[in-house]
Amino acid sequence: MEKRVFFRSAWLPYALLAPQIAVTLIFFFWPAGQAVWLSFQLQDAFGLKTQFVGLANFAALFADSHYLDSFKTTAIFSVLVAVAGIAIALLLAVMADRVVKGALAYKTLLIWPYAVAPAVAGVLWAFLFAPSIGIITYVLKKNGIDWNWVLKGDQAMLLVVIASVWKQISYNFLFFLAGLQSIPRSLIEAAAIDGAGPGRRFWTIIFPLLSPTTFFLMVINIVYAFFDTFGVIDATTQGGPAGATQILVYKAYYDGMKAADIGSSSAQSAILMLIVISLTVVQFRFVERKVQY
Amino acid sequence: MRFTALTVTLFAAGILGTSTAQAATEIQWWHSMSGQHNDKINEIARGFNASQADYKLTPVFKGSYPESMTAAIAAFRAGNAPHIVQVFEVGTATMMAAKGAVKPVHEIMKEAGEPFNPKNYLPAVTGYYSDSHGNMLSMPFNSSSAIFYINKDAYKKAGLDPAKAPTTWKEFATAAEKLKAAGQSCVYTSGWPSWVHVENFSAWHNLPIGTKENGMAGIDTVFQVNSPAHVKHIAMLGDYAKKGWFTYAGRKQEGEDRFISGECAMLTSSSSAMGKIRKGAKFDFSAHFLPYHDDIKGAPQNSIIGGATLWVMSGKKADEYKGIAKFFSYLSRPEVQMDWHTATGYVPITLAAFEMTQKSGYYEKNPGVDVAIRQLNNKAPTGNSKGLRFGNFVQGREVIEEEIETVLQGKKDAKTAMDEAVRRGNEILRKFEAANK
Repeated sequence: MEKRVFFRSAWLPYALLAPQIAVTLIFFFWPAGQAVWLSFQLQDAFGLKTQFVGLANFAALFADSHYLDSFKTTAIFSVLVAVAGIAIALLLAVMADRVVKGALAYKTLLIWPYAVAPAVAGVLWAFLFAPSIGIITYVLKKNGIDWNWVLKGDQAMLLVVIASVWKQISYNFLFFLAGLQSIPRSLIEAAAIDGAGPGRRFWTIIFPLLSPTTFFLMVINIVYAFFDTFGVIDATTQGGPAGATQILVYKAYYDGMKAADIGSSSAQSAILMLIVISLTVVQFRFVERKVQY
Repeated sequence: MRFTALTVTLFAAGILGTSTAQAATEIQWWHSMSGQHNDKINEIARGFNASQADYKLTPVFKGSYPESMTAAIAAFRAGNAPHIVQVFEVGTATMMAAKGAVKPVHEIMKEAGEPFNPKNYLPAVTGYYSDSHGNMLSMPFNSSSAIFYINKDAYKKAGLDPAKAPTTWKEFATAAEKLKAAGQSCVYTSGWPSWVHVENFSAWHNLPIGTKENGMAGIDTVFQVNSPAHVKHIAMLGDYAKKGWFTYAGRKQEGEDRFISGECAMLTSSSSAMGKIRKGAKFDFSAHFLPYHDDIKGAPQNSIIGGATLWVMSGKKADEYKGIAKFFSYLSRPEVQMDWHTATGYVPITLAAFEMTQKSGYYEKNPGVDVAIRQLNNKAPTGNSKGLRFGNFVQGREVIEEEIETVLQGKKDAKTAMDEAVRRGNEILRKFEAANK
């Protein structure tokens, strides 16, 4: 059944691959290499004076307890975003899959938030939860909850998690819905005839059959939480209060883009690169084994 | 013959073309003034463009202060920096250290032959932006100071005398207690926590923020914001937060909006909030000097400025520098300065503009607008109160703010937090020193 194409000439396959390789080299490897190179340097803001400092930037980072705290913050944030995003999207997808009337409208509405830019999503939620004028704040205060994420770290974390999750649910939803629709009806019907209730049908048939989708989404969501959420954070908490929402990528962005500390920012980027590479390797080596294709 | 005719036509067209292009040399001005201040900047640019025909000044809003500064730095690295960039006071040390990237203002004025005397400018402002020889490196533009605002209506409601604003933190506590008892949901808030409660607090009480005259006498400076007086003040804020007398609003000007909405009865923030408050507040308010601790000897001293100056980037054409010099002369005109000062609440940068505003009777009609300038000139500045110049202070200030936040959260006591702020801050200073050897 396997279909293979043979190239008669030796260079043709390479020539066909060349554009892709060129793009990867120029847009991915070249900047990544530069970041690594800059991480060994100490520069003034304008790049007028450059010194090679070896591993000093890395040493300074690991000697800084606040940077180490940032790892913990990132771990908590990523797990919350990935788990909540996947769980809620799965729930919505299962529900939407059952809807018969007006299904298209539901689905469209659920996919909508994906079109919103992260920074806008952040502003939107920050506005709803604004300490003095937010609508949700108003309701919370009426119910005796002292809502002030400007000072309360856990509330700030909750806010950025909500904004990030809300933004990502649509994407997850789309994949789950597609996954659900590719599950053969006959399997579910057979189980129903055998007397399995909806819960049991979900956990023993649907969920395992969705596992490739779930696995894929887990990788994507972790990467999303690690890298794409700095827009949300920049628009809301800016890493505060007292570093409670300072995830690694935001710190790298802040130190590089706002504080013009290129060396440290590059070192942080290099560390982030390592983390994501190892995370992805772990996910593919260990978690993927549990996936049933 | 047709050939020659064509050449002549083309030649003529060429001359015409270049002459129209020469008609106005464009000068790019990157700034961070939003809202009402942005409108005012456009007005100043229009005024300058209308005053002469050789140069066209184009102001471009580039986001917040750190954003426009890094945008200019990135543009410089890429070889297309703007002519003028507005940099906040926090970035001063970074800009000063960047010899070769910026062109000092005194040089530009001299080369262009524009009349320029630094003595005409407000000493509290020029001191901040001059090198050790007294040469002005950047052009003062928007300078403010931290001042104290009260909501007079809220005072009345709480049974307090609205004509008597607290002058010391002791009196402040009495007022705060009454306001709280009267059901004020937010008694007091503040903008710019580090600038108000550490930097201006230090100057106002004649305490050093760092060694070497707050870094102005050398980049081998260390922070000293963990002195007993600093710790006591931050501990007091933590205590007030616990009592519900102090509502933390954020690291920027968020507090101003909560004062304007009437939610908070007292505010310490920039004098540049004056225009906004006057426009937005639906209550009677007044502006005052910052409260001080009367048990600290020598207080109150004088406050220090915040705000920004205009830096000129290097590598531009001589003609463009001439236009920039002309613009700076225009900007320093008393009538332009008076207009800017009265509309925004920023202090006038020249003495002539201050006198002109005084003579116009504006201060009698609008009490409070001169608070910042009187406070800046309260006493002759000392080494502790003429300003500050710390490298990478964008990060340094963030460290201070993070540590203050931990105190307000009740996670750390003030001593631990301020010690930590000094330790982390000094690391940043050493890095700056190493990078700018």
